[in-house]
Amino acid sequence: MAVYLREMLLLRRRIKRLILSMSVSPLLYLIAFGYAMGKSVKFGGHTYLEFLIPGLVAMSSMTQSFAIATDINVARFYWHIFEEFQAAPIGNVAYVAGEVLAGVSRALISVTVILTLGMLFGVRLHWLSPLFWLAVALNSFVFASLAVALAMLVKSHADQSLLTSFVITPMAFLGGTFFPVDRLPHWAGQIIWILPLTHASRAIRQAAFGNLPGPSPYLFVGITGIIFFIMALKCVNQARD
Amino acid sequence: MIRVEGLKKVYRNVHALNGVSFHVKSGELFAYLGPNGAGKTTTIRILTGLTRLSGGDAWLNGFHIERDTLRAKRQFGLVMQSINLDQELTLLENMDIHGRLYGMTKALRRSRIRELLGYVDLISRRDTIVKRLSGGMKRRLMVARALMHSPRILFLDEPTVGLDPGIRRRIWGLIKQIQHSGTTIFLTTHYIEEAEFLADRVAFIDNGRIVALDTPSAFMARIGKWAIDLIQDDQMKSIYFKDRKEADSFVATHRGSYTLRRVNLEDAFLSLTGKKVKN
Repeated sequence: MAVYLREMLLLRRRIKRLILSMSVSPLLYLIAFGYAMGKSVKFGGHTYLEFLIPGLVAMSSMTQSFAIATDINVARFYWHIFEEFQAAPIGNVAYVAGEVLAGVSRALISVTVILTLGMLFGVRLHWLSPLFWLAVALNSFVFASLAVALAMLVKSHADQSLLTSFVITPMAFLGGTFFPVDRLPHWAGQIIWILPLTHASRAIRQAAFGNLPGPSPYLFVGITGIIFFIMALKCVNQARD
Repeated sequence: MIRVEGLKKVYRNVHALNGVSFHVKSGELFAYLGPNGAGKTTTIRILTGLTRLSGGDAWLNGFHIERDTLRAKRQFGLVMQSINLDQELTLLENMDIHGRLYGMTKALRRSRIRELLGYVDLISRRDTIVKRLSGGMKRRLMVARALMHSPRILFLDEPTVGLDPGIRRRIWGLIKQIQHSGTTIFLTTHYIEEAEFLADRVAFIDNGRIVALDTPSAFMARIGKWAIDLIQDDQMKSIYFKDRKEADSFVATHRGSYTLRRVNLEDAFLSLTGKKVKN
């Protein structure tokens, strides 16, 4: 809990700046895509704005939970706080769980910001559905775990930015956030189905529309999250050298 | 209290430690002296679990650092060379997080924070954000934080590096007080006067090996009590004398400038390794 609590204390100090920065991109997407494409484009009986907001939720929960990697890197390379954790009598599970939970918390705040923006834009979906929040939490779990694992492997802060550019940014645009994946060519669709964000955004969107998403996306995302979590545990050991 | 046997560390092809062995007694202040890159920080990093060892064994208060890691980690507090405080948190929050990492109860954390911040004279700054503190204050806070869970051993890795002489002396006083309270202290430094002033015993480390281990006075007694520094053939040279009388008779026959001074640990290190500690 100490690791999580530390992250939350830092988050509390930065909360105003953080909420502001969490609002900028979704607001621009909502204005640019939502209003520009507006009511003329419809997917499965929903306006593009209604289609877009669950996609933004999926994307934002991914980017914000993954952003914990930046905090870990700052703590590791600039503040050397990681040494304080390494020297403390806590196991790798406690450290990884604390950081992952912090990533998930960040993601949940960003989702709340998007839902608030969505409501301001007049979009009302099934935000209180437990399946919606379960999908958001699992998606955040996947990317927070991946973030911890990669943060332990990188040798500098610059490496981390490179990983974000090559892993997170393409996924953000291709993972079913801005358009339905089934509209892509068959070969592209096959590749995109491997991405956890594709499954997460499908589950989030279905739940937000009031439909029952079925267990497969939850299983896929959940298992991926467990694999990344185990990977993170192993990577913490690697970071000792 | 600290037992190290044949400690080795290899980074790719670089041998940072080549079979280091020593034993630090309970309540002792043990200084580890050597030039930059000698292996001082690597030893501390291995003993505190920050770096994996490549060979050898080490025990802290009887607990093996690799086989009984978590219990070994409970035995020590660590003050690293670099400032590793949460700069955006207050002094109190930094201390509190540390206490939580060691599973301390809320009541115990509160009383220890009050006691230790008072001890390092920072109690009035407890709600200040760390980044607003001076370098000396941050060092004192790091010492207080390391003592939070009442460790038996305190590792200090170059604790006064970069501090001005006045603050350095203040930290020395603090270190002496901690030792008097019964804590075993392992100190790495490349400041000769720091080791001389503080240490009960000194180990000289060079190229990943301990080249000598003794008390500061015994080291200095080996080469004499007085030294004369003079320039000979454009080279600075030191000549050692067993007493002042012997030094004075040399001075009487010497033509040219010279400096007469007491022998120090730097001289002992120089005579053993042929190089200076401060490189």
